[in-house]
Amino acid sequence: MKKAFPILAVLTAVLLAYAFYEAWWVAPVDALQGQVYRIIYYHVPSAWTAFLLFFINFIASVEYLANARPSTQRAAKWIVIAIGTLGFIAPFIPQVRQQLPVGMYPSSVATTALIIAGLYFLTGKYFPGQDLDLLAVTAAEVGVVFCTIVLVTGPIWARPVWGIWWAPGDIRLTSTLVLWLIYVSYLVLRRFSDSAQTQKLAAVLAVFGALDVPLVYFSIWFFRTQHPQPVIGGGGSIDPRMLHVLLINWTAFLCFAYLVCWSRYRLEKLRREVEEAEVLESLLEPAGPVAPSSKAKGALNRGPQ
Amino acid sequence: MKSFWSITLGTLAKDIRLEWRSKDALNAMLFFSLLVVVIFVFSFDPLAEESRHIVGGLVWVAFLFAAVVALNQTWARELRNQVLDAYRVSPAPANALFLAKVLGNFIMVSILEALMAPLFVIFYNLRVLGPAWQLIPVALLGTWALVVNGTFFAAMSLRTRSRELMLPLLLFPVSIPAVISMVAATTNILTGEDSAHFFIVLLLTYDVVFTTACLALFETVLQAE
Repeated sequence: MKKAFPILAVLTAVLLAYAFYEAWWVAPVDALQGQVYRIIYYHVPSAWTAFLLFFINFIASVEYLANARPSTQRAAKWIVIAIGTLGFIAPFIPQVRQQLPVGMYPSSVATTALIIAGLYFLTGKYFPGQDLDLLAVTAAEVGVVFCTIVLVTGPIWARPVWGIWWAPGDIRLTSTLVLWLIYVSYLVLRRFSDSAQTQKLAAVLAVFGALDVPLVYFSIWFFRTQHPQPVIGGGGSIDPRMLHVLLINWTAFLCFAYLVCWSRYRLEKLRREVEEAEVLESLLEPAGPVAPSSKAKGALNRGPQ
Repeated sequence: MKSFWSITLGTLAKDIRLEWRSKDALNAMLFFSLLVVVIFVFSFDPLAEESRHIVGGLVWVAFLFAAVVALNQTWARELRNQVLDAYRVSPAPANALFLAKVLGNFIMVSILEALMAPLFVIFYNLRVLGPAWQLIPVALLGTWALVVNGTFFAAMSLRTRSRELMLPLLLFPVSIPAVISMVAATTNILTGEDSAHFFIVLLLTYDVVFTTACLALFETVLQAE
């Protein structure tokens, strides 16, 4: 696995360079916005990547909480299976199909339900026990970085196009900001928590944050939104050539995010192993009782952050 | 083994009696929000028409800050003499303790609001143009939204360094939809320009969702040590 890392790094670099070339020279100029629109190739892929990472964080946190007891673990599994099956079948039933908002296809809802269920079981399989928490913290940290890119490029793009830096009533802008705030508070909690139960508290906060997102969305619902309608699967239209470049850029960003997550994950894992080894060593040390115990306590108190 | 509600009411009665004898939190909260109101009066000097548009925001910001003062006191009291540890080992259901604390805070913040609301009316020369009775459900639901999550996050921030600082950092981001709804509903009622129904329903949804989440997860947080 370790050999794959440099190979993937080189591939990602090549892909990013290609995506950059496509975005700056190949993609056609926008009829209304001119060259400025090219920021879309950084704004939108970052947003998608950030949302995906936050979603992974949510799944990992739920699973971490559910795995605390065998009974809840079993219940959670059945609930996820139910969500997957119902979500896959329900959108194709005519009565339910009519309830779907315009621009939302039954097949996309079904795929999303399957992905949710699949992701839950895959993370459970490949990240057992404490590794789930490692996955959650990695996804949250990298997600916050990508979300920051979205929030920085957003106003830069909005200024020439809308004439304002920030539209307080805009639904996606504001919900992204709130999402960012929630995940920053998640990271702050991890940094400030002393106890060995930080993982549990952080997972609880992640669940609260995820519950909050739809409510944020609806609370801004009433304000008129300035954003274009969803590009894919929505009513909005985009030149197929632009969509092509956009998807290439997203692929490159995903590879990059994966790379960063991978190395962050390994780092965090090593850090915890070192910490455990230090604690163990200080416990085994035969020297006087004062120094080692304080050392062990210090190591424990730092806690997994 | 006592029933769930008798434990809740017993804890609530104990908290109220303690508060009645010391009046620590209530006095601090009252004076703090009075200060906030006065500072707002100096910072904004609006006409009657303008004030209707901004007071909804000012009122709830003042209550939010004041509620944080009270919420920080909630669990600190139980840390002295290891009362919280006793709770942990006792067979009493964790949610009974949680509900008692939420109800206690709810009563305190409601008293504060009842005393502070007239001050806003006086300072800003308010006259409600919309259906004024709707302010009562908005106040009740809004206070519950702040207090239920606040109590939960206060318990959570017990486990962190500098816990007094931690509570607002955890509470405010999650409370944003509730704050938007409260402020928008209050403004709509004060100006009478728009219906507040949507935001009241949203506040109710927020309360139901987060009360359920708190009750489901409180035991995890209480036992986390």
